[in-house]
Amino acid sequence: MEHISTPKVENVKLLDRYANRKAASGTLYLTATHLIYVDASAEVRKETWILHHHISSVEKLPLTTAGYPLLIHCKNFHVAHFVIGQERDCHDVFTSLLKLSQPVKPEELYAFSYNPKMSKENREMGWKLIDLRLDYQRMGIPNDSWEITDINKDYEVCSTYPPEFVVPRAATKAVVMGSSRFRSRGRIPVLSYLYKENNAALCRCSQPLAGFSARCLEDEQMLQAIREANPGCPFMYVVDTRPKLNAMANRAAGKGYENEDNYENIRFKFIGIENIHVMRSSLQKLLEVCEMKSPSMSDFLTGLENSGWLRHIKAVMDAGVFLAKAVKEERASVLVHCSDGWDRTAQVCSLASLLLDPFYRTFKGFMVLIEKEWIAMGHKFSHRCGHLDGDPKEVSPVFTQFVECVWQLMQQFPCSFEFSERFLLEIHDHVYSCQFGNFLGTCHKEREELRIFEKTHSLWPFLLQRKQELRNPLYRGFTAYKELQPNTLPFSFQFWCGMYNRFDKGMHPKQCVLDQLLGCLSQKVTLEDNASHLENKLPILDGPLPSEGCTSPKAGAAAAKAPTPPQDCAEGATPVLSNGPSLGHQKHKESPAQPRDLGASREDEQAQHQG
Amino acid sequence: MEFAELIKTPRADNVVLHRPFHLAVEGTLCLTGHHLIFSSRRQDNAEELWLLHSNIDSIDKRFVGSLGTIVIKCKDLRIIQLDIPGMEECLNIASSIEALSTLDSVTLMYPFFYRPMFEVLEDGWSSFLLEQEFELLSSVTNEWRLSCVNKEFSVCPSYPPVVIVPKSVDDDALRKVALFRHGGRFPVLSYYHKKNGMAMLRSSQPLTGTNGRRCKEDEKLVNATLRSGRRGFVIDTRPLTVAQQARAKGGGFEQEVHYPQWRRIHKYIERFNILQESFIKLVEACNDQSHNMDRWLSKLEASNWLTHIKELLTAACLAAQCIDREGASVLVHGSEGTDSTLQVTSLAQIILDPRCRTIRGFEALIVREWLQAGHPFQQRCAQSAYSNSKQKWEAPVFLLFLECVWQIHRQFPCSFEFNEQFLIMLFEHAYASQFGTFLGNNENERAKLKLPQKTMSLWSWVNRPEELSRFQNPLYEANSLVIWPSVAPQSLQLWEGVFLRWNRPSRFLEEAEEERINIIKYNKELQARVNALRRRLAELEAEDEDEEVQEEEEEEEP
Repeated sequence: MEHISTPKVENVKLLDRYANRKAASGTLYLTATHLIYVDASAEVRKETWILHHHISSVEKLPLTTAGYPLLIHCKNFHVAHFVIGQERDCHDVFTSLLKLSQPVKPEELYAFSYNPKMSKENREMGWKLIDLRLDYQRMGIPNDSWEITDINKDYEVCSTYPPEFVVPRAATKAVVMGSSRFRSRGRIPVLSYLYKENNAALCRCSQPLAGFSARCLEDEQMLQAIREANPGCPFMYVVDTRPKLNAMANRAAGKGYENEDNYENIRFKFIGIENIHVMRSSLQKLLEVCEMKSPSMSDFLTGLENSGWLRHIKAVMDAGVFLAKAVKEERASVLVHCSDGWDRTAQVCSLASLLLDPFYRTFKGFMVLIEKEWIAMGHKFSHRCGHLDGDPKEVSPVFTQFVECVWQLMQQFPCSFEFSERFLLEIHDHVYSCQFGNFLGTCHKEREELRIFEKTHSLWPFLLQRKQELRNPLYRGFTAYKELQPNTLPFSFQFWCGMYNRFDKGMHPKQCVLDQLLGCLSQKVTLEDNASHLENKLPILDGPLPSEGCTSPKAGAAAAKAPTPPQDCAEGATPVLSNGPSLGHQKHKESPAQPRDLGASREDEQAQHQG
Repeated sequence: MEFAELIKTPRADNVVLHRPFHLAVEGTLCLTGHHLIFSSRRQDNAEELWLLHSNIDSIDKRFVGSLGTIVIKCKDLRIIQLDIPGMEECLNIASSIEALSTLDSVTLMYPFFYRPMFEVLEDGWSSFLLEQEFELLSSVTNEWRLSCVNKEFSVCPSYPPVVIVPKSVDDDALRKVALFRHGGRFPVLSYYHKKNGMAMLRSSQPLTGTNGRRCKEDEKLVNATLRSGRRGFVIDTRPLTVAQQARAKGGGFEQEVHYPQWRRIHKYIERFNILQESFIKLVEACNDQSHNMDRWLSKLEASNWLTHIKELLTAACLAAQCIDREGASVLVHGSEGTDSTLQVTSLAQIILDPRCRTIRGFEALIVREWLQAGHPFQQRCAQSAYSNSKQKWEAPVFLLFLECVWQIHRQFPCSFEFNEQFLIMLFEHAYASQFGTFLGNNENERAKLKLPQKTMSLWSWVNRPEELSRFQNPLYEANSLVIWPSVAPQSLQLWEGVFLRWNRPSRFLEEAEEERINIIKYNKELQARVNALRRRLAELEAEDEDEEVQEEEEEEEP
């Protein structure tokens, strides 16, 4: 609180960038965690909450006739344009926000003070909700070829890897240690995903320290072990996700890429995804386009093109599709890296897994995927999201791009994800909010040092509690679609208005199909309850049921036709601790018109609901 | 003329049909007077393709040895390829298709030969009469009258025989006004806003010429729609410079001195030949198989298609705003008043009038504001985006309108009774159809061709319950409000259902639509079941009471 000199400012205007209606007028409050604006001019109390951690920049603009403008840009693409009457107030708010939005010490992050009134046991359970061992088990690991090793339990192999990871059984400790010395930051090849059907594996690592001619026997043995773990294919791919030029430049610094002559039976391939700096500036340009005041169609499309954003999204998607195809169709194992193997590599490995395995398209699976490929494998969330006051050149929307790729897939395959766009936005918000411990720090080691497992909450149980509102009503269940093969022609990629202009409500469809359908699904539960309750009551009064259109055989037919609920609607708040594949299968066995034990009071409740 | 003369090779075997996202199929190709028919001979999964010759926009042929290949590009934007063995067969077939798809006489078109296989429940030719429209109007206002001044099409050849005009203006005045308006298209009522009694009129440009000619009757006519002391807006769909240039050719615009109660706003809506170019460029971009994102975006931008969409929606919103928000009457025209004028007036009605968002109401809108209002369908829809012949009167004016409806539909997905398929169906039938509805350029031509007697109306078919069910929007809930769409570029999207329809697999999107329908249908069935059960329960309880009463009575008797 020491940063807040003026906790409350009255007569503040909030400008709406798109609607021509009069600016709102109200009161601005600063709390320890949020900026809160209460619109006094609205008939219904309207509040705008901005989390300090979400603020990416605060600017004072030149004085206007209305007062002193303060422009706030947020990391979730919220842009708030306030006008404050007094210069002193404006300056106070400005300086407070500068400090509040750029914490210096990790302890200042929201997660360490966030207290949702949850018992210690539940908090700890929350952290156990996602168990990566269960996911490896799902892939059949450990098996004859792959094992989970704790060789890194003291972070001797790699400080940015988790204590446990999966390597080929054939790779001895010496091979692992040797390979780690030959890979940038010790990030050796480890398993990302095993495609059980054909034993082709997706593996990831960082660039080799090959320079112009260096070799490492252990590293070569490591790759051989990976290749031989998949006897069905005589070769393996080594994919460098960088543009070739970048990779070559790295050779001069003693890094670089694999020489095909040194590794047995590898097929080496570059996939040109640009680096974090290009991506950062691309997003910047995209946001400028999104913020243009009444742009023409040409301005917008030209700006969209010049930003390069969709080109980069397509590049990431293309890479994911390449990996998935190599694994599924060519039955080949693939080793992926970029420079350090924590940005582009995380993007493409997680995307390929998502394309190959429907489990990752469920709530639980998507959480596992993020925990596994991003959090555990050391994507530097803290740096990339600018959680703390630090080097702005480390900030980059790498995770945002992944989230967008998932959204693009949702557009092409609307029935194949258990969750809706809202789930993605929710996760994206919390990657920046620092409200939960999951995304703090840069790697597992650092999170242990920050003691986040003792001091903070995990995001996932909170999201699972909100399944009802975050689910996709069109989801056809776990078994409906196996691998996804998206179209990647340029026209298949759309501008994601719901993300980059998310807070400009005027631009969005005025009626929301998602809300309508979610409403239907919750209404359905009520109706089914009513129906079975009435049916139970009827036979008491009368023997056989009337044979009109309302009899139970017909009802049974209707139920059979009914969309299968992807998730147990009545599951409610209790998070399930297993994350096995059984999750999805259960759904299909479940009858939509389950008989329920109904008391008389139940109907009263419903009557209230309807009223 | 006999079609047989044009068909030298009526049938070819071992033809291979290629379509995007389908496996190639081998089968037999047949040509009839109006159709190209392909059928695979596979027993298990026989596939048939029926293509109207009139749907064919262009045809290319090439040879590799004696194997000929014909690429057929259709007006609905689909592209198919046929591999035909034998050079002579291929040449014959290609030239037959070319001849049959470019018949110059309307009376040789398929609608004159088509015999429906369904029972006609309602003759679509008389489903939407202006008289019925006027009856509805008469129930809320008596300021208007139905005029038969044009019953011989002598006053305005492109107007229908009856029109709605202000009551205070007589037929003689209308004849004079017609002489003052391009093509005789004097101002008529397009839409009456019940909420506030404001009217939208449409016409063509006034023939002021360079010397500023005026017409008292014209001034009187438009002023008759104003409330005392209130102003009206003239929305001219041309930029000021174009309107000024038009004076040199005898055209012009309403001058302030003569129309002091009217404020003129120029909203530029692109002319039809420019639209045609834009359409061709867009379709070309959509068919580009290049993986270069920048190239796609720059082609999309360069086509200007979405710019036209945005401009048109903006103009329609302006017209609607003048009426609903400003409480003013509006007169819309461009030059001829047969293209951009109709786009604006019909879209403004979609925004303002909930009735136009129902299936029946939308059909009525198309009949009233497009067919009867004299949009030259036959000229505009003679060719589509693949045509090489650049005749200057072809243009996707109607398609642009349908797309704007789609854009509004996308923003208000629960406010329309019809679905996207309905709009796509209308697009298809405007360009090639077994029905006579879109033949001819105006009612005059349709009457001369005796279309109502000799052809079937599209509406006779569409409005049958089994067809209608395909076009219903499951999410529809009547919404009596004015719906204001956003015209920000971020809110507008390429109409994939038309432009990418043949270029991407549709299975997953169709499944999503199925899922939406199922969810809603299931709920409706459940609701019906609950209601029926409740009724049954109430009946039984009532019976029980009756029985008890009877028993009591019986007991009393002995």
